[in-house]
Amino acid sequence: MTLKHIKLKKVILLGSGALKIGEAGEFDYSGSQAIKALKEEKIKVVLVNPNIATIQTSEHLADKIYFLPVNLYFVTEIIKKERPDGIMLAFGGQTALNCGLELAKTGVLEKYKVRVLGTSVKTIKDTEDRKLFNQKLEEIKVRYAKSFAVKTGRDALIAAKKLGYPVMLRAAFALGGKHSGIVKNEKELNEKASQALADVPQILIEECLVKWKEIEYEVVRDQYDNCLTVCNMENFDPMGIHTGESIVVAPSQTLTNHEYHKLREIAIKTVRHLGIVGECNIQYAVNTKSDDYRVIEVNARLSRSSALASKATGYPLAFIAAKLALGHSLIELPNSITRATQACFEPALDYIVVKMPRWDLKKFKNSYHAIGSEMKSVGEVMAVGRKFEEALQKAIRMLDIGMYGLVQNNIKFANGLSEEMKNPTEQRIFAVAEAIKKGIRINDIYKYTGIDKWFLYKLKNIVDAELKLYSEKLEKNLLLEAKQVGFSDKQIAKITNHKTSEIRDLRKKYKILPVVKQIDTLAAEYPAKTNYLYMTYNGSENDLGPEKKSIITLGSGVYRIGSSVEFDWCAVNATITAKKIGYKTIMINYNPETVSTDYDICDRLYFDEISFERVLDIYEFENPVGINLSVGGQIANNLAMELYKAKVKVIGTSPKNIDRAENRHKFSSLLDKLKINQPAWKELISIEHAKNFATKVGYPVLVRPSYVLSGAAMNIVPDQESLVNCLEQATMVSPEHPVVISKFITNAREIEIDGVAQKGKLKIYAISEHVENAGIHSGDATLVLPPQRTYLETVRRCKVITKKIIQALNITGPFNIQFLAVNNSVKVIECNLRASRSFPFVSKVTKYNFIELATKAMLGHDISGNYNTLDFDYVAVKVPQFSYSRIKGADPVLYVEMGSTGEVACFGEGIKEALQKAMYATGFKAPRKNILISVGGLENKIEMIEACRKLISMGYHIYSTHHTYDFLNENGIKAILVHKISHHKKPDVLDVIKGGKVDFVINIPNSLKKEIISDGYLMRRAAIDYNVPLITNVRLAKLFIDSIYKKKLPDLRIKSWDEYKK
Amino acid sequence: MPIMIQNKIIKKQEGMINSEDRPAICKLILEDGTEFCGKSFGAEMPTAGEVVFNTGMVGYPESFTDPSYAGQILVLTYPLIGNYGIPLIKKEGGVRKYFESEKIHIKGLVVSEYSKKHNHWQAENSLGNWLKKNNIAAIEGIDTRALTKKLRTKGVMLGKIIAGNGDVEFYNPNNELLAKTVSTKKIVTYKAGKKSVALIDMGVKNNIIRSFLKRGVTVVRIPWDYDFCKIKSSGIFISNGPGDPKTCKITIDNIKKYLSKNKPTFGICFGNQLLALAAGGDTYKLKFGHRSQNQPCVESGTRRCYITSQNHGYAVNAKKLPAGWKEWFYNANDNTNEGIKHKTKPFMSVQFHPEAMPGPTDTDFLFDEFIKMLK
Repeated sequence: MTLKHIKLKKVILLGSGALKIGEAGEFDYSGSQAIKALKEEKIKVVLVNPNIATIQTSEHLADKIYFLPVNLYFVTEIIKKERPDGIMLAFGGQTALNCGLELAKTGVLEKYKVRVLGTSVKTIKDTEDRKLFNQKLEEIKVRYAKSFAVKTGRDALIAAKKLGYPVMLRAAFALGGKHSGIVKNEKELNEKASQALADVPQILIEECLVKWKEIEYEVVRDQYDNCLTVCNMENFDPMGIHTGESIVVAPSQTLTNHEYHKLREIAIKTVRHLGIVGECNIQYAVNTKSDDYRVIEVNARLSRSSALASKATGYPLAFIAAKLALGHSLIELPNSITRATQACFEPALDYIVVKMPRWDLKKFKNSYHAIGSEMKSVGEVMAVGRKFEEALQKAIRMLDIGMYGLVQNNIKFANGLSEEMKNPTEQRIFAVAEAIKKGIRINDIYKYTGIDKWFLYKLKNIVDAELKLYSEKLEKNLLLEAKQVGFSDKQIAKITNHKTSEIRDLRKKYKILPVVKQIDTLAAEYPAKTNYLYMTYNGSENDLGPEKKSIITLGSGVYRIGSSVEFDWCAVNATITAKKIGYKTIMINYNPETVSTDYDICDRLYFDEISFERVLDIYEFENPVGINLSVGGQIANNLAMELYKAKVKVIGTSPKNIDRAENRHKFSSLLDKLKINQPAWKELISIEHAKNFATKVGYPVLVRPSYVLSGAAMNIVPDQESLVNCLEQATMVSPEHPVVISKFITNAREIEIDGVAQKGKLKIYAISEHVENAGIHSGDATLVLPPQRTYLETVRRCKVITKKIIQALNITGPFNIQFLAVNNSVKVIECNLRASRSFPFVSKVTKYNFIELATKAMLGHDISGNYNTLDFDYVAVKVPQFSYSRIKGADPVLYVEMGSTGEVACFGEGIKEALQKAMYATGFKAPRKNILISVGGLENKIEMIEACRKLISMGYHIYSTHHTYDFLNENGIKAILVHKISHHKKPDVLDVIKGGKVDFVINIPNSLKKEIISDGYLMRRAAIDYNVPLITNVRLAKLFIDSIYKKKLPDLRIKSWDEYKK
Repeated sequence: MPIMIQNKIIKKQEGMINSEDRPAICKLILEDGTEFCGKSFGAEMPTAGEVVFNTGMVGYPESFTDPSYAGQILVLTYPLIGNYGIPLIKKEGGVRKYFESEKIHIKGLVVSEYSKKHNHWQAENSLGNWLKKNNIAAIEGIDTRALTKKLRTKGVMLGKIIAGNGDVEFYNPNNELLAKTVSTKKIVTYKAGKKSVALIDMGVKNNIIRSFLKRGVTVVRIPWDYDFCKIKSSGIFISNGPGDPKTCKITIDNIKKYLSKNKPTFGICFGNQLLALAAGGDTYKLKFGHRSQNQPCVESGTRRCYITSQNHGYAVNAKKLPAGWKEWFYNANDNTNEGIKHKTKPFMSVQFHPEAMPGPTDTDFLFDEFIKMLK
């Protein structure tokens, strides 16, 4: 019987939870599309996703939203309560897929008669279990990489011996290739295998295909066996580097017709044989000297690659996949981009797309920068052009890492060029460019990198163009040529010793302007009503004219630590609001993981750079009513002054006032003028001055250099020695590069106000408090709304200060102010005149859409009203998600620099319930039996006494290192002694973590000092590497222990968002 | 480096030419007077033909050697062409590998960017050199999307590429009997197995021959105007080819005669049109044709859809099918006819290319279906 005959009434959809490395914004896009597809069929949608910053958890989409962990326990409870008749597992990444497999395995789905829609559980298992997968491929004579699935380290060694080193180690059932890597010898294998086996039950030892081409196809199939490939993609970086870590182009560039269609045919054959219904991704390794190939894997779900393919082609993969899962056939579905053709076709591109990953490894001290078969990148960008060179240079700039393009970047390669090319880090592409410039032969570069020479020749074209710009007069043809290979005005200006504005003027004089092209899925074959656009210098005609009465909104740009899906939520809501008011909406964004880049969000989407140059190009072409740059985060906000000077109409707060808040100097003098307290601070131009100032205000101090050589930008330094160290080694201090030093206030609480103002008047605000004391970046803090331990008087004072600032800066639109509070004394530490990270959180918790209000305010609609944002019958807690297990070597400790990659938020009757749910939602597991506790500093130890007593009373065993052990014993708390690693006595910390003796680690670092390799560091790192839950903050540890003491799992209520009423 | 000033040319389209080593002014002129300026990368000679576009993203060596392109200037919408060069020329079973015939059939080539440097383990030559060697003009630096939009709106047009010195008149290949120029001059037999098929060569692609041979079917390749009723074979196959099918009266008459024998008959592309005409149906010229590798074709009366490779400017009129015939496939995008089948007799043909090359291989099974009918 086909699905068509089954009427579905209610479907449960699993989201992917917090953004983490390997599982990011792409699943907000795919989930949102799935919900739209279900709603179109009038099916009720129950969404489980604790990621409050997502668009899919917005009010207007799903019928019921559960901000609860996507795991077996919670989803089972939700199924019991909601009784859905179908479940969708393919739209929430590996998290949803794994949860679905567990639901099936434990019989929950069967018991409650929940039907898995789309690809069956059996097929999912066939693709996830390497042995079954290889069997399936064997049945149809498709080649796969030789591999052995093993469950012990010993078997791993035997397998590797059979294959011969080097071998590839992979972990089954792990997202984004976690624990995967090339293993060169027995010693390495021993180490890596035991780490991986601590995390997963099975690992794979595979034949090593390093330097083969890596090719992917995105395949869709319906239940009538119609099957097609929507897009193929080629990795610039060959096999050996995870596709999430690779530069990727679409379509493939170096495959012949024979290769392209052979792989396509195998893809279809494989997908049919596996019986996938919906969407999947198949990855190949392709030999560069013969017709040989291997199938590497099939992902029977929407993936990072499918999101990319969807944006690269304009084909709405997730939407179609959801429709197919409901039983539709491909021939019944229209192509929603063209609105003239069918979904049953394969897009033809008349442009090239380049995807680049964004890494933030520099944020993490001690982290290994090598890139390889494990994913470490935190975001990605996609650039569109009609030349590879053009798209690549765009993409590099889009990364927002301060690069001008492929060339002109002044990067130092510490290990030398050839080393950098052989053992790649995130800087490899720049090393290749440098090598070409130095005259190293393309053949040699190929030998070092394995990058196809076709790509290397293209890079050389850019280097050659740079040379020409140096040596020839900048005439019309040369300028055009430079623009065609992707040089920015700024880059050209730098090479030719001009001002950027002079290059722009020259361009205009020569009539060298970019043209607007449509992405239409069919290379102009039929007229398409597409609103999906990009700009290129490789064209002579615009595909369309300007939009009338439009508002441009700048999106978030690349996701990185500190800016991700929350700004996509803001940008989308701002656009929807502007549309509702009656404007035509134009979105500029280039992040393929976003919902804002979906064709159905705005009237026009420019998939292009959010740079001064490109935004102004678009602005001049579209001539809009105004531009909104306060909802996209820092990239958009940073353009304020430049655009203002170019006479661009910016809606909301004047850029002049934005600058007064952004500029440290101006803002501080404003606070002084307004008689608002702030921590003592000074901008200093030499180490001597810095020392004097720090001594005057007293240590610890917070150091913010304006020029960073290595390591993190911000530091708390406890004493003079550390200050000198920090300034000498990591930064440059000079009159050109001043350093800002401010008094660091210890034991202060941190409070944030998010709000919207209009014409200098406060209209709505939400006040939230941090669980942790000040000293932790607000993005890594545990946020509580409404505040639970802030005095009313403090709230009142914060509000008074806020009003003063709003008036002084004449704010119209969103803002965020951060405060320090010691008792009732309040100091301002930061102010942003834009939407902040916590806007979706406060909007969803208070149930007022702050962005909608802000957009209305900016567009001149009065938003006055009575908003209750303080007094509800529930509490919500926002908890950060860390991805330390991905960033090998990094110290997983909370600090002034943000380290989290995502966040979740859960609701509860009280803070304890909400916190516990939220911690579980980030993958945290409650302790089962034995807890390792190591607390630095007497103050912290004293703080922990009560909590430890509670643990003992709950029946837990406490393992402790020396000092903590002594301290606990003195206080009558029984603990078991474990030695520090540096003491070289057994059993040590590593033994109990590695051996699985302890299932929970609490390590509170001693001081603010960031030590390089300490016992604490080794303990924390071991906890991460062996997948043991870790808490490093004393406040959080206390609150969590108190929470599990008071509330057990069954006490945590299964309530949907709408059941929490104010 | 000398930079040619192009202000002498009356331009209707702003060019997008590189300043780099441009050998001579090169332009594409359409019959409506539109000019596109670019850079030559093929033979330095003027050429004229019918300007058509193809949206396929791979397979330029296969396309350029496809005889169905005879008389046409081909515009490729994919902007980067030449990436993997031109493969080593070798023969397999008497048929050239990777090429669809013995020579390049396009009259000229129009692309956005020619990849001067190529890389592939099979590459023996660069695209530019190959075109030069074979006297085919080619122009790069053209906004092929703008050009395609023009052709899509106004329909295919005549045009010429002016590369190097001299000029040529516009030339309409459709007024000519093109089959004559591309068909084999004499009967050629490719031995493979007991079953045999008489292949009427209207400009056959090599992969059609390969498709029979690899299935163990002997192919007797016959000139377009040869009366194949005289040939002993298990069935006939009518090939693809260039131009207007109605110009091939002799072939149509021969097919008519053959149909009375009730023997298995299969046609592809031009063969679909000839079979329709022979059966008493009609054909017409499409506005801008189907030339791509992503045409969805639905098998009538089913929910099955196949992605097909296509290259045709004419189509069978599905509304005028003679009695006893039915539509077999139709195009899911524009509902045009993609194949016909006799309701009772073993006659069938498709408008798309089951042999692919270039393009998807989804409908390769049609060869098996036909071969099953052969006795």
